[in-house]
Amino acid sequence: MTSPFLQVRNMSHDFGGLRAVRDYNLEIGSGQIRGLIGPNGAGKTTVFNLITGIYKPGHGEIFLDGRKIDGLPPHRIASLGVSRTFQNLLLWRHMTVIEHVKLAHYSKIRYGLFAAFIGTPGHNREEAEIEEKAVRLLDMMGIRHLADQVVLNLPYGAQRRVEMARALATEPRILLLDEPTAGMNPEELVQIMEIIRRAHKELGLAILLIEHRMKVVMELCERIQTLDFGAVIAEGTPEEIQNNPRVIDAYLGKERAI
Amino acid sequence: MGGERGNGANSERGRSRFRNLWKPYSRVPLLGWFFGALVAVTLERLAGTPLAQFLGLQKIPVLFGFSVMLKNPVLIPNVILYTLIIYGVPTAVATRLCIPLANGIAASLFRFPMAVTAAAHLALLYAILHVWAEISDYRVLVLRLTLIAVMLTLSLNVINGYMGEFSCSHPGFMALGAYCASVLTIGLFVNAQLLGTASLPAALGPFLFPVALILGGLVASFGALFVAIPSFRTRGDYLAIISLAFLFIVKSLIENLEFVRGPRGLSGQPDWADLPTVFLWTVLCVWSINNFVRSTIGKALNAVRDNEMAADAMTVDTRRTKMVAFLFGAFWAGVAGGLFAHVMRYVNPGNFGIQNLAEVLAMVYFGGLNSVYGSIVGAVSISLLGEALRPLEIFKWIIIPLLLILVMIFRPTGLIAFRDLDVANLLKPKPKPDGEG
Repeated sequence: MTSPFLQVRNMSHDFGGLRAVRDYNLEIGSGQIRGLIGPNGAGKTTVFNLITGIYKPGHGEIFLDGRKIDGLPPHRIASLGVSRTFQNLLLWRHMTVIEHVKLAHYSKIRYGLFAAFIGTPGHNREEAEIEEKAVRLLDMMGIRHLADQVVLNLPYGAQRRVEMARALATEPRILLLDEPTAGMNPEELVQIMEIIRRAHKELGLAILLIEHRMKVVMELCERIQTLDFGAVIAEGTPEEIQNNPRVIDAYLGKERAI
Repeated sequence: MGGERGNGANSERGRSRFRNLWKPYSRVPLLGWFFGALVAVTLERLAGTPLAQFLGLQKIPVLFGFSVMLKNPVLIPNVILYTLIIYGVPTAVATRLCIPLANGIAASLFRFPMAVTAAAHLALLYAILHVWAEISDYRVLVLRLTLIAVMLTLSLNVINGYMGEFSCSHPGFMALGAYCASVLTIGLFVNAQLLGTASLPAALGPFLFPVALILGGLVASFGALFVAIPSFRTRGDYLAIISLAFLFIVKSLIENLEFVRGPRGLSGQPDWADLPTVFLWTVLCVWSINNFVRSTIGKALNAVRDNEMAADAMTVDTRRTKMVAFLFGAFWAGVAGGLFAHVMRYVNPGNFGIQNLAEVLAMVYFGGLNSVYGSIVGAVSISLLGEALRPLEIFKWIIIPLLLILVMIFRPTGLIAFRDLDVANLLKPKPKPDGEG
């Protein structure tokens, strides 16, 4: 097998005196779906922030397709093909749905600043292309009818879809989803899982998924890592994880002999 | 008056009659309004003076009679009558009469490329302004200053509205542009001592004037680096303080430079910033800023404002975006400063202080954040209001801020905020909707 698409080696990170992530290792081949679970405060989101460059890891290295990416600014990492969604929906509140998706094409824009000032034909042509791509993505997400709505006015489920569409619009090769089903009702849950599956199948994306709902993780992921206090305490297939006593301890607490 | 009982029905009937009267106007394209306005200003040109004298006014009231009304309240009915006869009725009638014609012309213009359509509209707009302003020098001056205010407001809106950083350095950028352009034009064409080289022939001047303005804009852009670079690491209140500091640095720098005569100021700029020149630059400014903020690169400004972390994660180069916003905004502020210097033909450091900052900020926030329409409305209404209320002297500075406070209470982001200026939509003909008449 070729070398993994995303590889994290011995990554550690401290916040002041708190070791948030400890000797974290990860290998994802292209097109795999991985799960990352763990109790609150285990450091899952910190792992995402480290991979996407929001924090620079104190120790360790991150490779994307054999290329070292730790230390690059976040937008560079993103344009290399690492996209993400956020746990608490970081949308641009005054912008419309279609503007969100169009802007995520930023790194692919070929026209220069002066073309934008003057509005050259080349600029207009490219804007039209971007618009077309954006509309296609909105179609895929089933939110085309909301294209001209300002995101602030949308219901929660639709906002989640906008964020997903925006993340896909950067044309990623790996997608980091931070609790994509948080706050969703069962019906929306089924829909978002379907969207994740389609993104995986149709676009051939590798996916790293943080999720609290076991149903989602168990159904989607091929392998799962469990984090507790910043360290991986278990790794394996969904069945292995479900029956792993350390995972059960981490979630439910240790059974004590009285 | 038909007695108490009939009142309700009467007013209802009156209202519906009014609605019927108003209804055709919803189909007036912009071109139609321009026709109407052109008729009005032409009428004033031809019949304004006799009518004004007939109504007991000494001369044509320059700014819709505000100053006459404030100085001499007895004349209020006369001024209102004048305004109605010259502007109100002719505009209304002419616009109403040429709806089909205007729609026809607008539709045939619409078949040309957008640039041609826009140019035709702009030419007509210029004609209106030109005829209106020719009545008096005062009008020309007010109009030029208003257009410069539009440029300033819009360029500040790029930073404060579109990118959401509270920048206080705009008069500083303006000063850099004003002084740079003035030194070039005075030094090269008027007074050889300033730059120590021979004066160029004055005939070259008008051709080199755009170059001087652009250089002024570029110098202002360079100055903007001192605010843009700190903006990478800090924002909000802290950046506001930094930008305010920049303003004071520029001001005291100029005050202490004997080369540009310090606080005494520079005078004797050649009179090249006439109405067409200022109008043309304003159009260029509005056009390029509108193109920019509507493009995807320009939308990055909004993303940086609303959530920088998300912008970064979505491949947006936030540093470049901030840099572009500051430099582009400062460029147009610099050009506006250069024009201002050549309109007033005198600048001193006192022009570019806190007072000026307050005025520009008021225009931006009054008109509306994140909106080209808003900036135009804000700049025009505050500058015209400032001129119109001039006879009130000190009370002017009570009324305008009060107005601002009211706007902030009822529309916290300004009159017309968060609206795109879609040129095609603005200029399109408005034919009869299907299924009607």
